[in-house]
Amino acid sequence: MTAAGVVGVLVQVAVVVGGAPLLVGLMRQVRALLEGRAGAGVGQPWRDLRKLLKKEAVRPEGTSWIYTSGPLVLFASTLVIAAVAPFVSTASPLDGVADLFAVVSLLLLGTVGLTLAGLDTGTAFGGMGASREVTIAALAEPTILLAGFALSARVGSSNLADIVAGTLATPAQVLSPATLLAAVAFAVVVIAEAGRLPVDNPATHLELTMIHEAMILEYAGRDLAVVELASAMRLAVLLGLSVNLFVPWGVATSSAPLALLGATAVFALKVGVLGAVLATFEVFIAKWRLFRVPELLAGSFLFGLLAVSASFFLA
Amino acid sequence: MFVQILDLVCGGLLLSGVLMLWRRELVAIVRLLVVQGVLLAALAVLLGVREQSVELYLVAVGVLVLKAVVLPGVLHRVLRDSGDAREAEPLVNVTSSLLAAALLTLVAYAVSRPLVALAPSATTRALPVGLAVVFLGFFVLVTRRHALSQVVGFLLLDNGIAATAFLATSGVPLVVELGGSLDLLLLVLVLQVLAARMRLTFGRTDMDELQELRD
Repeated sequence: MTAAGVVGVLVQVAVVVGGAPLLVGLMRQVRALLEGRAGAGVGQPWRDLRKLLKKEAVRPEGTSWIYTSGPLVLFASTLVIAAVAPFVSTASPLDGVADLFAVVSLLLLGTVGLTLAGLDTGTAFGGMGASREVTIAALAEPTILLAGFALSARVGSSNLADIVAGTLATPAQVLSPATLLAAVAFAVVVIAEAGRLPVDNPATHLELTMIHEAMILEYAGRDLAVVELASAMRLAVLLGLSVNLFVPWGVATSSAPLALLGATAVFALKVGVLGAVLATFEVFIAKWRLFRVPELLAGSFLFGLLAVSASFFLA
Repeated sequence: MFVQILDLVCGGLLLSGVLMLWRRELVAIVRLLVVQGVLLAALAVLLGVREQSVELYLVAVGVLVLKAVVLPGVLHRVLRDSGDAREAEPLVNVTSSLLAAALLTLVAYAVSRPLVALAPSATTRALPVGLAVVFLGFFVLVTRRHALSQVVGFLLLDNGIAATAFLATSGVPLVVELGGSLDLLLLVLVLQVLAARMRLTFGRTDMDELQELRD
């Protein structure tokens, strides 16, 4: 483990932690502008976090350590992904950990932590949100794996850095049917996992429709700040993964300072553009009924399966 | 380059077939049929470029006119006259249809392996796509109840057969293609008349109305 490699990992973590609230702010701002509102500015999520961090964490009576540790599990698991996945550089010293299965299970670990915490509150909303979240996670997780399989089949490795490096080496593969199908499947799953429209409305507190918000309804103060930051990081991580798996250009292949600097800028730009596109797309659609969500996820599962079979048979 | 474009076209054919299972609005389904017709014509052009064959270009023009313009036009007319623009409730719901489509695609890959092994090349390796579209067409025919959806299923089936023929034989003779196309056109016209009669008699075009004899 060289010093330059450690710097690379630190840069990556700093970019994700520092940039995630800005990404959320950017997406809200884009939405506000498109709806003809002035918007609160890109920095508003950070200001919210600062305000929440100053407040005392009020915990409901009768909750156990599961409730207290839920946000921490979510935050820690997302932080590990931010450190190991090839966001800025593929030459990370933690390369061996950045396995597709490891990253997907880390994502799931965060989800499980938060759903258990939601159940632990014992309120109707917490349980309802947890049940919905688990339903969606159970349907979305196989698709992420399948889409990843399709990408790893052509490289012959499930290591994320290898997949990214493989795509960098043969750019023409991006236009193959396997990759395109996998991209569609992955996009649907990212939307479902990040809790965006049309699966979940991140801005709602309407009791019938909320999923993520229902689970975290009881959190306040510092705890809420951790949950909010972790959710923003999760969004950034998911968008970053989809950007780097399918459009990897600009990722540094070494740990030279200048390469890292350039790669950081390119990564921020790519994720920012993708976030803005997603926010624009969200303006034009409404949230789906919960019972239609399995249809969407079955569709993306099918795309994932077709991607895997196409990567074997058409290539 | 040829292989890549071929793969893209074949992927597009399969994708448009799958999306027809997903969408409920018949207008969107007919639009997907147009896309599929264009892709099929592109496949013929692609093979024509490789085989240096003028006949295949003519076939491509025929496919484009029939499958991307004439037949969707006929369906649009039926749709405009009939008024009900959605497949209300298929026998198998959309989620299960999509999973069934996944299964059918795998079956198509499995059964076409001996065929591919006969003469492995870029075109024959894509043969499962044609078979998968055929299966999807059968599936639509079996599970959809709207008369227009049945026609769509039939056209999907025919598109699959055409794609299989193109991929397996590196292009079909013009006479064969002409014969098949005329058959198809006639059949769709007959089905259009049938759908119109059904609507006059029952007020809607649900196949379930055809289960018992009446005066």
